[in-house]
Amino acid sequence: MLSYTIRRLLMLIPVLFGMTFIVFFMIRAIPGDPAQVILGQLATEDAINSLRAELGLDQPWFTQYFEYLKQLFTLDLGESLRTKAEVSEEIWPYLAATFELSFVALLIAVVVGVNAGIISAWFQKSWFDYTAMVIALVGVSMPIFWLGLMEQWIFSVQLDWLPPSKRENVKNPVETITHFYLIDTLLQGRMDQFIDVLKHLIMPGIALATIPMAIIARITRSSMLEVMRSDYIRTARAKGQKMFWVVYKHSLKNAVIPVLTVIGLQTGLLLGGAILTETIFSWPGIGRYIYNAIEFRDYPVIQSGILVVATIFVMINLIVDLLYAFIDPRIKYN
Amino acid sequence: MKKKSIFLALVFIFVLGIALVGCGSEAPTEEKQGETNENNEGTKDDQNQQSEESSTESTLVFGRGADSVDLDPALVTDGESIKVTLNIYDTLVKYGDVDTSIEPSLATDWTTSDDGLTYTFNLREGVKFHDGTDFNAEAVVYNFERWANGEKSSFYYYGSMFGGFKGDEGHVIQEVKAVDELTVEFTLSRPQAPFLQNVAMPPFAIASPAALEEHGESFTENPVGTGPFVFQEWKRNDRVVLVKNENYWMKDYPKLEKVIFVSIPDNATRLNELIAGEIDIADGVSPNDSTRIEGEDDLQLFVRPSMNVGYLGLTNTRPPFDQKLVRQALNHAVDKEGIIAAFYSGQAVPAKNPLPPVIAGYNDDIDPYPYDLEKAKELLAEAGYADGFEMELWAMPVPRPYMPDGQKVAEVIQSSFAQIGVKAKIVSYEWATYLEKARNGEADAFLLGWTGDNGDADNFMYVLLDKDNIGSNNYTYYSNDQLHDILIEAQSNPDQTAREDLYKQAQEIIHEDAPWIPLVHSTPILGGKNNVNDFFAHPTGSQALTKVYFD
Repeated sequence: MLSYTIRRLLMLIPVLFGMTFIVFFMIRAIPGDPAQVILGQLATEDAINSLRAELGLDQPWFTQYFEYLKQLFTLDLGESLRTKAEVSEEIWPYLAATFELSFVALLIAVVVGVNAGIISAWFQKSWFDYTAMVIALVGVSMPIFWLGLMEQWIFSVQLDWLPPSKRENVKNPVETITHFYLIDTLLQGRMDQFIDVLKHLIMPGIALATIPMAIIARITRSSMLEVMRSDYIRTARAKGQKMFWVVYKHSLKNAVIPVLTVIGLQTGLLLGGAILTETIFSWPGIGRYIYNAIEFRDYPVIQSGILVVATIFVMINLIVDLLYAFIDPRIKYN
Repeated sequence: MKKKSIFLALVFIFVLGIALVGCGSEAPTEEKQGETNENNEGTKDDQNQQSEESSTESTLVFGRGADSVDLDPALVTDGESIKVTLNIYDTLVKYGDVDTSIEPSLATDWTTSDDGLTYTFNLREGVKFHDGTDFNAEAVVYNFERWANGEKSSFYYYGSMFGGFKGDEGHVIQEVKAVDELTVEFTLSRPQAPFLQNVAMPPFAIASPAALEEHGESFTENPVGTGPFVFQEWKRNDRVVLVKNENYWMKDYPKLEKVIFVSIPDNATRLNELIAGEIDIADGVSPNDSTRIEGEDDLQLFVRPSMNVGYLGLTNTRPPFDQKLVRQALNHAVDKEGIIAAFYSGQAVPAKNPLPPVIAGYNDDIDPYPYDLEKAKELLAEAGYADGFEMELWAMPVPRPYMPDGQKVAEVIQSSFAQIGVKAKIVSYEWATYLEKARNGEADAFLLGWTGDNGDADNFMYVLLDKDNIGSNNYTYYSNDQLHDILIEAQSNPDQTAREDLYKQAQEIIHEDAPWIPLVHSTPILGGKNNVNDFFAHPTGSQALTKVYFD
């Protein structure tokens, strides 16, 4: 197991190396010169050239790429062309914002999705089963921006239950320590702010959770159905074990592997794919951070932002793979 | 039976969950009101929530589409940055609340020499920068010297409005001198008619020399001016917080204690925020949403006077658009009224000139090209394109005040063009790419627009259509020597009436040459809560919130 883990970790190096290469050259293939974008419409040719020189953009591509790699080896993510701040310092609040949102979304997706899948399997062909699966189908195909706006219209404009967007009440801002607002407010004992932050999380959380929730529900249902038809479950039931116990202990444990795979994949997608949700809900997360950087052709931010997200993505997949073995002792990595 | 009871229990838990979410949000008013006061650590206690409530209505939350780029106005060209800096800094002279007339600001009065080469400003006494240092003539000199000696890569507005930098041939400001503590004298190398209009522009706001020295490059994130509000916090991509300048020179102003600019990128979300009462003013409301604001009792609509133009540029160097007849034909083939009715909810007037009507020098005698497809076909036939031709029509990918939906407008134009045999293929690129490719002359025809900076005709005509600006803002590569002479003459002639005549002539030439199809002058709209008073939506697109108060 340990050697497998180390091997997998070592494999990350070429993967991430390839990633830096692709991202580096792809963003430079987009037309649009950072110097031009930074200086704006009124800039003169002279001005643009002098800024290009200052930023090192007049160097050949491969020189720039090797400079970038050299920086990465010293764990230096570079400096934003626009804000002049170190990317490694600047990126954390955005990452934390996305983590927090993704965590809540994942929680909703897993709790609701897994349970809906179980109940559907359990009461197969009941009205609940049909309703849940129709909702899951709609959930997968629903555009996030539409769902987000509908949520806002219903829960903010009509019912006035939840704030329409943003991460916190700007008139009563959270004092940041870790940049995870739920944790920060608790650390400071600000229950009022904790509830406020929670309320801000609900709608974007649901919007972001919808697709994974639907997928998880469907996968759970089908793998539960398979497991529940198996002999040992029938035996357990014949022995008079309580239905609840049979479902949540025996069946779920065996049905969980495919579900876990989906959860792992969806977590990565949540991180990267949060951009629409972040836009609709004015969420200052990593998706918008990278998106804005692309708009400004802020190369170091785009490169490092994508690299960080990619690293997290592969790490999550690694963790999921390791969890398989933990959950199902039959799986061995050698 | 067992099955059923477990199922009921689960349904119960589900319903309970939903109910709890509902209950949890029963007390929004209390929480919404809380306001952290930096100087008062004790406000964190719940007991103090009560006292904070009273001050809430002195905090204005301004919702806008994007974050600022920088907070040093001399460095930026984007409107979102200026919207904030206008509240932190003052300029020597400023625009009126609702128009671009010139009013005193840091200068109380000024004189101009007869030859138009010397401007002497008397400065306001007792003004202090937010860092406590004195505002005086030396500070003005320091700022102008900073820009004039600036790296060419930095101060574009300075270079563009004053003909370059120190040592450049066209540089207008020869010298800025402190005559005494409160008098500053500008010597120009040639008369510049819109000089005062230019000096009033937000990029030429006076910053604290001490703070500039202290912060160096990071000044842009630690702005210090003399303006109505003091900078407090900037969370990028999220919000900028300003607090009242207690020592502001305008007596009894500003009225607000705090202003928070929040970025809410999606237009519909911003409107939802306004209706839900989370923000007080929503900038950049889609024209089609104006009825929704009017339908809400506690909201009001602010209409920004139109000082913009939206147009379809025809790249004059690309065949067949290098033929005047073709350009004129296409001018006949666009139904501007129809476009306005469909996509601007009537919040725009059709354009016939590059200048909006509010600007001095507007030529109202020009007869617009009527929407006449037969005439268009005739002209095309005359140009040798009786069977039409194929072209690309570029649609803007982002909404702008003058163009709320480029794609849809392009579709309408496409269908009109089809009726005269011109097959237009709609093309769009990401915004920065779009601008760069259009600037390189790669488009056949492209939608674009311009919002005036200073209310002067020069800022439209010279900037957008003079041959000097090809490769810059003259995206159509239109070049006419006669027009160039007129525009340069109008730039330097101090006689306002003579200038207006020159601009009228210029519009005739442009009308005849038809380098563009001028489409609309829109009136951008904002939404606000009903209790917001004395908010003046300024034609330049940004306004100080000095006078705003809540009832």
